[in-house]
Amino acid sequence: MQNRRQMLQRSAALAGALAGLGLLPRAAQAAWNSAAFEAKNMSDLVKALGVSAPTASKDVSITGPDIAENGAVVPVGCASSLAGVKQLLILVEKNPNMLAAVFEPGDSVEPSFNTRVKMGQSSNVFAVAITADNKVLFAQKEIKVTLGGCGG
Amino acid sequence: MADPMRIRAQAAGDKVTVRVLMSHEMETGQRKDSSGKVIPAWFIQEVTAAHNGKTVMTAHWGPSVAKNPFLQFVVKGGKAGDKITINWVDNRGDKRTDEATVS
Repeated sequence: MQNRRQMLQRSAALAGALAGLGLLPRAAQAAWNSAAFEAKNMSDLVKALGVSAPTASKDVSITGPDIAENGAVVPVGCASSLAGVKQLLILVEKNPNMLAAVFEPGDSVEPSFNTRVKMGQSSNVFAVAITADNKVLFAQKEIKVTLGGCGG
Repeated sequence: MADPMRIRAQAAGDKVTVRVLMSHEMETGQRKDSSGKVIPAWFIQEVTAAHNGKTVMTAHWGPSVAKNPFLQFVVKGGKAGDKITINWVDNRGDKRTDEATVS
């Protein structure tokens, strides 16, 4: 009879082996850009996405609290007033991996998304919009975190 | 199988605001358990939304999206009675699809 602890350990070991070995689930989803999600800074990220360096723009906006009490749940929104936005990205500068989310709106969805992210510490948060004609624009906002959410 | 999502889709004019609350651990792969071993990452990688069966939005997420993720977006040209379908896939290959009717 297995107890709960053994079960948990075994499934953890299995998941670890899978992740280390064949990148099984990732291979199944070619669209998920693992290089981009592993990027530690803006230049790595830009390289992984294959786009030019972003420029600041007032056509992109990021919304969020000035101070987040709990870094595990920080509501942020990104939006763009431009037409033809291909991708909208949310980046958290000081997280272990910068990229939090990529949204790809179709023609009938407005380039405006709200979600919640985790933040390890106070940091700048960026919204990056990539348009169909390969312009890369960003907006940033500093969010102060009083309790980190990537806890160790 | 994971718990169902909670989806609310409300029409205002010709726009439909969709709010989704998914039920998922969203483990980062950064945390350690009490014996000091790293808890492997477990998070939603891909979310797709369909409006009356046609895919309108795709999102790729990393592990830094918060636990039990919330997502809000706006679909243009929708009306009450339309169907919104949300589908996610996590990094272990688990899937979940739920549907809601626009009100």
